[in-house]
Amino acid sequence: MGRLNVNLCGIELDNPVIPASGTFGYGYEYAELYDINVLGTFSFKGTTKEPRFGNPTPRIAECYSGMINAVGLQNPGVEKVIAEELPKLKECFNKKVMANVGGFSVDEYVYTAKKLDEQEQVGWFEVNISCPNVHGGGIAFGTCPDNAALITKAVKEAVKKPVIVKLSPNVTDIVAIAKAVEEAGADAVSLINTMLGMRIDLRTKKPVIANKMGGFSGPAIFPVALRMVYQVSNAVSIPVIGMGGVSTAEDVIEMMLAGATAVQVGAANLIDPYACKEIIEKLPQVMDKYNINNLNEIIGGVK
Amino acid sequence: MKQGIFKIAENSALTSNVFKMRLSGDVSDITASGQFINIKLDGLYLRRPISVFDRDADSVTIIYKVVGRGTEQMAKMQVGETLDVLTGLGNGYDTSLCKEHAVLLGGGVGVPPLYMLAKTLIAEGKKVSVVLGFNTKDEVFCEEDFKNLGADVKVTTVDGSYGIKGFVTDALPVNYDHFFTCGPEPMLKAVYKATNTSGQMSFEERMGCGFGACMGCSCKTLTGYKRICKDGPVMLKEEILWED
Repeated sequence: MGRLNVNLCGIELDNPVIPASGTFGYGYEYAELYDINVLGTFSFKGTTKEPRFGNPTPRIAECYSGMINAVGLQNPGVEKVIAEELPKLKECFNKKVMANVGGFSVDEYVYTAKKLDEQEQVGWFEVNISCPNVHGGGIAFGTCPDNAALITKAVKEAVKKPVIVKLSPNVTDIVAIAKAVEEAGADAVSLINTMLGMRIDLRTKKPVIANKMGGFSGPAIFPVALRMVYQVSNAVSIPVIGMGGVSTAEDVIEMMLAGATAVQVGAANLIDPYACKEIIEKLPQVMDKYNINNLNEIIGGVK
Repeated sequence: MKQGIFKIAENSALTSNVFKMRLSGDVSDITASGQFINIKLDGLYLRRPISVFDRDADSVTIIYKVVGRGTEQMAKMQVGETLDVLTGLGNGYDTSLCKEHAVLLGGGVGVPPLYMLAKTLIAEGKKVSVVLGFNTKDEVFCEEDFKNLGADVKVTTVDGSYGIKGFVTDALPVNYDHFFTCGPEPMLKAVYKATNTSGQMSFEERMGCGFGACMGCSCKTLTGYKRICKDGPVMLKEEILWED
């Protein structure tokens, strides 16, 4: 067992670094740049029952140390993902992938998850109940403990593979949501999805983003994410995947000290396409610097 | 796509707010005119996508207009400073679709990508007519560059202070078989209407990554959803779907 290995819901990862959904497509764009088998795994683009174009453009705005996106779950739909994207991924990735699933009703989540459960490439589900960019779906389930539990239970009953529930920070009490999904059978939680944000263009005096608001991500949100990972991991007994502004090997270690078993990297991939590869390469030397032998010994190290 | 550290070899003003920057480094991934590069700047989170004006064996030249914090910062940079750049982004223009006579229509900062295109077309033995459109005389740049390539060059200005008064569509030549254009969207729409041949149009959109990962710059076309950064920025006239 290497010093970077971690176990996520019964599946061994070579390292805890996981590109976050929506920043890594279905993997093969990045495989042109480096061997993506160096990753722990990655969470593929949020997939829904039907194909979606998403929101009108502009969908992107810049912020101090971060960005806002309002893509709106653009994806080709689960049938096409299985027929076209997964076979392409198979050519360049021989590990289990995390299947990120979105939806607008319990039935849609269940339909999509069931289809993907049959795919041997899929190792885990990451159920997105926290997308801030779609109305009537996603976040509507993620801001209420009862609804979050409802989705979790329905997906959990429909699939055999581990179910990770991705939580929104745009709530009064993220701990309550985490406890509710744990109770409903979630095998792990991942947090945080993006924070709802906004920018206004002074020249046009209109929002930069066509959808007005969007999901704020990047290094600026790291302290908020870290705090929430710390609070949630102290309140639940299932594994926590930490994310939100992680950009360096040091950030990964900080997230793990706060209680994360694995760590997702999002916006950083868009700025530096080699970000995850570089983080993985630097982890051993940063561990040496801070006298860490094995990453497992630091998970939740801060009490 | 390649990521590399580039050294500024030149950074000079062409007009009061348009600058030309030459960057030395590995340009092997720049394979077509109409592609762009994506520049990381200190203190700014997103990279700045800028079209390629020209490339040679070991450098790439861009022309950019100062419009915000990123380009303001670039304008102040000195020869010898370095930049982290992603190169070889976007599909670029396909010159094989023009048989004999190309017309190139550029508006404002849409002019630069047409330079390497003109050079390529002329090297292929094709006749090149260029129409460069600006608002006013003080904004005109690159006219000489195109003339030096041997292209037939016309300049239009909206206020008539230089060249032909009007828009690029007021100076269309006759008998061309294919057009190439880059400029603001109202100009692209006007070109779309004023031309009756096949053609290629380069689009602009706010981008997240610039290499096809984030879906930030998607658009609808008659041949499906496309990412401006990866499947574009150049689209065929036949596939364009105007949404409003």
